[in-house]
Amino acid sequence: MRAVVTVTGKDKKGIIAKVSSFLAEKGVNVEDISQTILQEYFAMIMLVDISEMTVELSELSKECEQLGKEIGMSIRLQHEAIFNAMHNI
Amino acid sequence: MFNKFDVLETIDMIEREHLDIRTITMGISLLPYIRETAESTAAAVYEAVCRKAKDIVKVASQLSGEFGIPIVNKRVSVTPVSLICAAFPQEAPRVGQALDAAAKELGIDFLGGYSALVHKGTADYEKIFLESIPELLSTTERVCSSVNVASSKSGINMDAVRLMGEIVKRTAEATRAQDGLGCAKLVVFANAVEDNPFMAGAFHGVGESGTVINVGVSGPGVVKHALENIPDANLNDAAEMIKRTAFKITRAGQLIAKEAAKRLDAEFGIVDLSLAPTPVMGDSVAHILEELGLECVGGHGTTAALAMLNDAVKKGGVMASSHVGGLSGAFIPVSEDIGMIEAADRGMLNIDKLEAMTAVCSVGLDMIAIPGDTPATTISAIIADEAAIGMINNKTTAVRVIPVPGKDVGDSVEFGGLLGRAPIMPVHKTDSSRFVLRGGRIPAPIHSNKN
Repeated sequence: MRAVVTVTGKDKKGIIAKVSSFLAEKGVNVEDISQTILQEYFAMIMLVDISEMTVELSELSKECEQLGKEIGMSIRLQHEAIFNAMHNI
Repeated sequence: MFNKFDVLETIDMIEREHLDIRTITMGISLLPYIRETAESTAAAVYEAVCRKAKDIVKVASQLSGEFGIPIVNKRVSVTPVSLICAAFPQEAPRVGQALDAAAKELGIDFLGGYSALVHKGTADYEKIFLESIPELLSTTERVCSSVNVASSKSGINMDAVRLMGEIVKRTAEATRAQDGLGCAKLVVFANAVEDNPFMAGAFHGVGESGTVINVGVSGPGVVKHALENIPDANLNDAAEMIKRTAFKITRAGQLIAKEAAKRLDAEFGIVDLSLAPTPVMGDSVAHILEELGLECVGGHGTTAALAMLNDAVKKGGVMASSHVGGLSGAFIPVSEDIGMIEAADRGMLNIDKLEAMTAVCSVGLDMIAIPGDTPATTISAIIADEAAIGMINNKTTAVRVIPVPGKDVGDSVEFGGLLGRAPIMPVHKTDSSRFVLRGGRIPAPIHSNKN
């Protein structure tokens, strides 16, 4: 089972480190990362494996949102199915 | 890995353009819960609804968390109560009260199905049932009522149309203290559909399975935003853009619907592809029409723009879901759409133009506040006009008007929340009573004879 984590906001130091160590604590493995900086706007997309996560998916998604607030970014974690449904036929 | 632009597009749709799943509606057949008396039926109905839908709020919140898409409303629709109470119609409100209590217990905002299907004739028990609607709507909070008075196959039951004009008036009067709010929970249909997930017109048809999940998607903001990116495109390209956007929105709906059905131990019914507005800025169908190039919704060109929008939404959506149903099109509820409210405030949108618009979109005269002294026969005539449009064009039409007691043109009424705000719209003062009071049935059109 995989999910997509998106982190957006103003660029600052240490974002990847914070997000990936948080995910590691929850038993989530990062499989792929892509990041872009447009002007000062930072957008990172991570594809993560959640088959061994230690909390429920909806709970994990809430915690990501919370972490986002703490570090002043917007962080979302969503099951990959939503992107598959909307963008792949 | 996904294309990053696709991922960011989805995030933008949700965060900035109000993409959401408008409703997850569980349809429940009440036929197995008919008992000897109204009292025991009410108890059985309450127990069944609470049991079958007990997880609907929880599951919706889980799905919303997992897929990162808001699910705005959780609702239940049931078999038309007039059928459940046919043996004791005087006591139908008792079952209605039980349904209201069940909705409260479940924590859902609306439950639909205090309904009757009288498109060909009104049985004695149905007449008694219809008479109970004003009282029920004024003594319950969350139960919605709908009545089907016409169909393409059977014509228009003008006796029922005449009665419903009075029922609408009485409902407004019974909820006078709340500016006739009861009428916001009462829809008069032609060609009502059995799998509509949207309120106030949802009920669970007798041809449906025992427990079904129907999902209504929405996304006027997403469509408008997509059109903003191509301001100079011709209408072929604009229609194409709407189609592509509707496809994506509906795919999200289909995913949620299937998953919800699985987790709630119900059958997946349909996805309803409607563009349902809310009074929030950026969630307006009127603004899509204006983005297409109209100065103000209600002006000349509105019907054509709406026809194109409605058709493109259907075409995009149909490809995206295995079962499409419900009303599926653009909704134009005046009080629930900020663009419609503004146009009505400016006097640019009137009931005649709205009537024309209902000929090409998915519903009817919806959430329109009219003067409180409008005669019942005039409301019946409005219903008859809408029913005629539905009957002749083989489509669903509906009337949900609110004759606001004590208010007149120039006043405004605030229903709050999703129901929004409406300026009182003028209706024609000419007398239609002789036509309405003739009663009888308008025969079905020639093209209904397809057998």
